[in-house]
Amino acid sequence: MIVRLAMRYRLAPVALVAAIVILLPLLFPSAYYYRVGALVFIFAFAAVGLNLLMGFAGQVSLGHAGFLGVGAYAVAIGPAYLGIPSWFGIVAGAVLSALIAFVVGRPILRLKGHYLAVATLGFGVLIAIVLSNEAGWTGGPDGMSVSRLVLFGWRVSGADTWYWVAAVTLLTGMVLAYNLIGSPTGRALRAIHDSEVAARVLGVEIARKKLTIFVISAVYASVAGSYLALFNGHITPDVAGFLRSVELVAMVVLGGMGSIAGSVVGAAVLVVLPQTFTALHDYEHLALGLVIMAFMIFLRQGIVPAMVQWRTT
Amino acid sequence: MAEFLQFFFSGLTVGAVYALVALGFTLIYNASEVINFAQGEFVMLGGMGTVFLALAGVPLPLAALVAVIIAVAVGVALHRLAIEPAGDAGVVNLIIITIGASIFLRGVAQVVFDKRFHSLPHLFGAEPLRIGGAAILPQSLVVLAGAAIIVFLLWLFIDRTLVGKAVIATAANRLAARLVGINTSRVVGLSFAVSAAIGALAGILITPLTLTSYDVGTLLALKGFAAAMLGGIGSPMGAVLGGLLLGMLEAFSAGYLSSSYKEAVAFLVILGVLLAMPNGLLGRAKVERV
Repeated sequence: MIVRLAMRYRLAPVALVAAIVILLPLLFPSAYYYRVGALVFIFAFAAVGLNLLMGFAGQVSLGHAGFLGVGAYAVAIGPAYLGIPSWFGIVAGAVLSALIAFVVGRPILRLKGHYLAVATLGFGVLIAIVLSNEAGWTGGPDGMSVSRLVLFGWRVSGADTWYWVAAVTLLTGMVLAYNLIGSPTGRALRAIHDSEVAARVLGVEIARKKLTIFVISAVYASVAGSYLALFNGHITPDVAGFLRSVELVAMVVLGGMGSIAGSVVGAAVLVVLPQTFTALHDYEHLALGLVIMAFMIFLRQGIVPAMVQWRTT
Repeated sequence: MAEFLQFFFSGLTVGAVYALVALGFTLIYNASEVINFAQGEFVMLGGMGTVFLALAGVPLPLAALVAVIIAVAVGVALHRLAIEPAGDAGVVNLIIITIGASIFLRGVAQVVFDKRFHSLPHLFGAEPLRIGGAAILPQSLVVLAGAAIIVFLLWLFIDRTLVGKAVIATAANRLAARLVGINTSRVVGLSFAVSAAIGALAGILITPLTLTSYDVGTLLALKGFAAAMLGGIGSPMGAVLGGLLLGMLEAFSAGYLSSSYKEAVAFLVILGVLLAMPNGLLGRAKVERV
């Protein structure tokens, strides 16, 4: 019964990730590993959201880091200037991101292919420019410090605490994502992905479905941005930059478009690799570029779909 | 009026470089439908290559020539070793591959060259000319003339040679081109080589004015891509027009509004244009076959 339920809601990947999350700390020799773990979960959360847009609705966004920025600066500016608590900053950031996505997405999502790519790119760049120029609020390019998160009198700090907070959030995000995919909206999205014309003929409200998923993926990114800011205790406009957007897209593609578990794997690879490559000093970027190219050339469908295919053949 | 002319010329100069980068995007896109985000790295290779060869004692013209050849070799290698093996991978995969390539090339440049800013001597001195009250550096005119010559030569090549016709045929329909005996893989390789050469030349021309460093490519690729899309991807004239417009937009908004928001204004206008004309200024609507 439980197995059937798990299969029905496709929770097997969630259970697997949960098991890894619980077992991993047994291997951690120092707090540094908790830190990397927390970063993986935070970015994986954003990647899961972006994957809903890219892998299921088939729409590219090269500006998603813009929403990371909105979420990050909501928890930085909110408590510092508006006197709202940090947890409310997360909510406010998510609501603001949803609003922005709703307003911007309506016209932008009419564009297709590379035109959509450049429009989202421009949107992301705009947010990054505002963040680095409104120095009175955001501290400019140097960024600003972020006060700690306090939940019901419990001060959330320390890498190990954040490891668990981020893990629970990621697992929740995965369950919600699977739920969405199984819903009528999810089916409509896959229809759009396969053929917009066919979907329209079948009566799918394409524009509305695309907008819905764009708003949802923006909220995922915003929450991830808030976590990132609260976790690091400091934030700079780089969080919203073009390279961050590219990184998010790369996580989704590397792990496998349309595979929720893949986004977690993709995030893990792209967060852990640069951490290990720092030992290479000047050769860091060289190695990172090579690895990204190699993955994309040899594992075209992404890591997780390639693994699934390999197992079934 | 003097102020207007000043902004006009600086916009035109920067715009000419954007136009050349956008032209590189367009050439490769037409031959292979790949958006090559490593396009900016060709500009960097041209500038940095020339600087370091000149520092090593190579005479400037020869240094420039060798730098262009290096960039072309890198472009061909990029096609052979990264784009072709990826075969029919999806559009987004190919974009990520070229971004990986641009990270890789930047990584190589910071090891082979260094992380400092470098310049090249002005071709006709750094004494500004006075035109209608505006001060214009002779190098600006060199950039404009150079860009015009490159665009003209490219047009001659595409329009008046057999190889150029093969490029047009490949852009129009790859399968049909292969059926009439055109080696489309060679054509795509050629488009990478030509794009690399154009990018490198742009880098050499602009370096005396804007300096160069190992990481100038990222921003240029961003602007070049935006310019190509503004003009309408796939249209060479659109790329040139988009590049010049983008340069002007930046120069005028920096001059009359705010220099820190010049890029914001440029991207706002691009968004506006795309919303009104979803296929860019000169692009054609793609008809989807069902």
